[in-house]
Parts: sequence; C-alpha cells; structure tokens
Amino acid sequence: MSKESPKKVIMVAVVTCLVCSVLVASATVALRPAQERNKALETKKNILQAAGIYTEGMDIDKAFTQVEPRLVDLESGTFSDGDPSRFNAIKASKDSSTNYQIPANLDIAKIRQRAKQALIYLVKKDDQIETVILPIYGKGLWSTLYGFVALAADGNQVKGLTFYEHGETPGLGGEVDNPRWKAQWPGKAIFDGKGNLAVKVDKGTVSPDSPMAVHHVDGLGGATLTTRGVNNLIRYWMGDNGYGPLLKSFKKQGA
Amino acid sequence: MSQMTVKKALLSPIFDNNPIMFQVLGICSALAVTSKLETVFAMSAALMFVTTFSNIGISAIRNLIPSSIRIIVQMVIIASLVIVVDQILKAYMPAISKQLSVFVGLIITNCIVMGRAEAFAMSNPVGLSAADGLGNTLGYSLLLLVVGVIRELTGSGKLFGFNILTPITEGGWYQTNGLMILPPSAFFIIGFLIWGLRTWKTEQQEHD
Repeated sequence: MSKESPKKVIMVAVVTCLVCSVLVASATVALRPAQERNKALETKKNILQAAGIYTEGMDIDKAFTQVEPRLVDLESGTFSDGDPSRFNAIKASKDSSTNYQIPANLDIAKIRQRAKQALIYLVKKDDQIETVILPIYGKGLWSTLYGFVALAADGNQVKGLTFYEHGETPGLGGEVDNPRWKAQWPGKAIFDGKGNLAVKVDKGTVSPDSPMAVHHVDGLGGATLTTRGVNNLIRYWMGDNGYGPLLKSFKKQGA
Repeated sequence: MSQMTVKKALLSPIFDNNPIMFQVLGICSALAVTSKLETVFAMSAALMFVTTFSNIGISAIRNLIPSSIRIIVQMVIIASLVIVVDQILKAYMPAISKQLSVFVGLIITNCIVMGRAEAFAMSNPVGLSAADGLGNTLGYSLLLLVVGVIRELTGSGKLFGFNILTPITEGGWYQTNGLMILPPSAFFIIGFLIWGLRTWKTEQQEHD
C-alpha cells in the first residue's frame, strides 16, 4: 500500500488524532485538581490581601478560617440564605432569573447587569465583625477590573483595596497593582458626616490639607481613563445601587 | 545540507542561524513576553518543551506521514503539546500562567515550531531533530533573555522583580522609561541586535 493512498491518509489522520486526544485529555484530567486548588487559593489570597491580613509566605488556608463567606441580597441589604460555596457572581449576573439589569443612567461602572445577590466575606474576631470584604468590578480603559474592597465594621472606613484581574496598560493603568498606590486606601472614608457618598479617585495629587482628603485617593499618573474607571466602579458599588443598603445596615448597628 | 551532526544541529541556531535574528521567525511572542524576565523564562521553557517534543514526535513518524496531510498532522501534534504545557503551567505556576495568558496558546502559531517541524524534523532522524528543536529554542531564549534584560531594567528599573535602579515611584531616583514596557520597544531592540549580529557575522547579510 503506498504512503499516499486514501486509506493510508485516513488511517494516519485517525491514529494521530486518537493519540493526541488521549494525551490532551489525560493531561487535563490529571491536572484539574491542582488547578482548582490554585484558583481557590488565589481567591482566598486576594481576599486576605484586601483585608490587610496577608503576609508573604503565610498559610493561606489556615488564615482563611477566620473569614466567613456570606450571601447578601443587594437591594435590601440583608443577608440571605443559600450556599456561598456554590455562588458564582459572574454566572448569576448573566442568568435572567438571578440578575438585575442596571438602569443605564446609574450604570457608571459600565457593567450593564449584575447578580441580585453578592458573595461577601466577613472577618470575625470573638464573634464581632471586624472587616467586611466586598467584591467589586467595572470597566477601566481596556478591560474589566475585578477586585475586593475591605471596609471596617462601620461600613465606612476603608481597610484595603486590591484588584486581582485586569488588563490595563502595564506601567500606566496597570499601576493599580502598585503597593504604593494601594497603600493610600486604608483609612479613607466612603461616606461624609451626613452619610453621602464621598469617596473619589481624583486626577492628580490630593492636598493633605483639603477637607476632602479623607475621601479622596490620588489618580494614576498617565492613566486618566483607568482612573476614571476605578472611580466609577468604586462609586457604583458603594452607592445605593450597589452595596449602599448593606453598608447602611452596618452603620445602623452602630459599630 | 552537508554533514549534519548533533552538535551542529544544537549549536548553529544560537548565533549562526538564530531563529529570530537570522530567520526572523517568532517575533510576535518575542515582543509580547519580554517586558519581564520571569515571563521570558517561562515562555522559553514552554517553547523549548513544545519544539523539542514536536520535533521528536514528527521525526519519529516522518516516514508514515502522507505528504498531502503533513501540515495538519504537524499542527495536531504541536497543538496537543501546547495544550499540555498550558495545563501544566496552570496547575503548577498559576501566577506565571496568568501573565503569559494567551501567549502560551499562541505557541501553536509560533513560526519556529512549525518551521522546524517542516524544514527539519520531516527529513531528519529523531536524535538530530531533538537537537535541532532544542538548539533553535536556545537561540530564541538567548535573544529573549537579552531583550528582557534591557526592557525590564530600563522600563521598570528591575531584574526578576528586584529593584536595581529604584524608580521614583518607589522612592528612588530612576525615571522609568514607559516606552520600554510597551511591545514596540522590543522591535527596536531586536532591530539593533540584528544589526549588531550581522555586522559581526557578515555572511548573514542579505544580498540582492
């Protein structure tokens, strides 16, 4: 049988495909547990980072035992039942039975729709809530930025902010990952004395003497649009259409 | 091609026949992953694995592959190896895998892999093909390394993420060069390197 006969061609094609698919399939199946573990670990690490608990080389799983995942209903701002481990905010935001279409005039974070519920994390010490960690996301210049913001139990004071996924320009918008930029966040207040949303990421440098300095964070140099995106997404999620009702309930509990 | 030895197959692609500088292949990934040394190493290792094993695999069955479907057979083998590498990176080096993002997948379209399979592995025995794959990727890695050192040092003032020239944004004195972080800078650097190499090894100059 010649090398070029149709029979031979088909045979070689089939055998190559079979061998290769076995190779690919076994690699995928064998490595999946390790990949899923990494993913879970990565999320936990980001949550701990936002809360300011993370230190390089710590035992993440052990540190995470003090963190309690909870589901909240965003509109009422109350905790809801349901298994937090099975909740996926991105999936829920796409499913018409579990999502909420954000009215265009309120959609400053440019995400169009979000899940009705959100998975938040509480750090407790002696049964007292110490830190609340809220997932946030919204459009920057090129990409959607995903991150966490950690607030104190009064639902007002920021403890930390971190983005774990984005595709902004390295060195410009990508500086949202710069520890020196992130270090500005702890201590900022989301709301002013009257309970109005006051947090803002502003272009340029904020004068420390300004009365608004406690609410304002410096923008990223050379990244006007990423700065605007970060400002919009934080103001959306902290606002009445986002975690506003939940944060008010924290405030009422008077921590 | 005259007498091909393992040593020649391994070493000649490093300077004499460098895939990027002489053959001018694999430029796309050289632009994309060279802003940091860490990703350079991961990318080089991934490409080394894929090219060496695809050369071995294709060379082993070279006498069985009908020429009418040889490109497809090569692609299937290369693509499978790339997926395996991607899965391994995701499982054991998640941080690096995240930085390399789509570029691991794009190894499939890296001209070096396909080029070596078609030009070398299809007509040479297994041992030589393995050496050729390894040699070509060594040449690729060497160039990526040089570009990576230049870009990370001038663009972020760092090497392997450690501060060498402390940038102003971190309290130092060095004003980082933003252009060097962006992919086009690699174009200039590679251009200068090709100029340098062809001045040194004049036989690589193209005459028309």
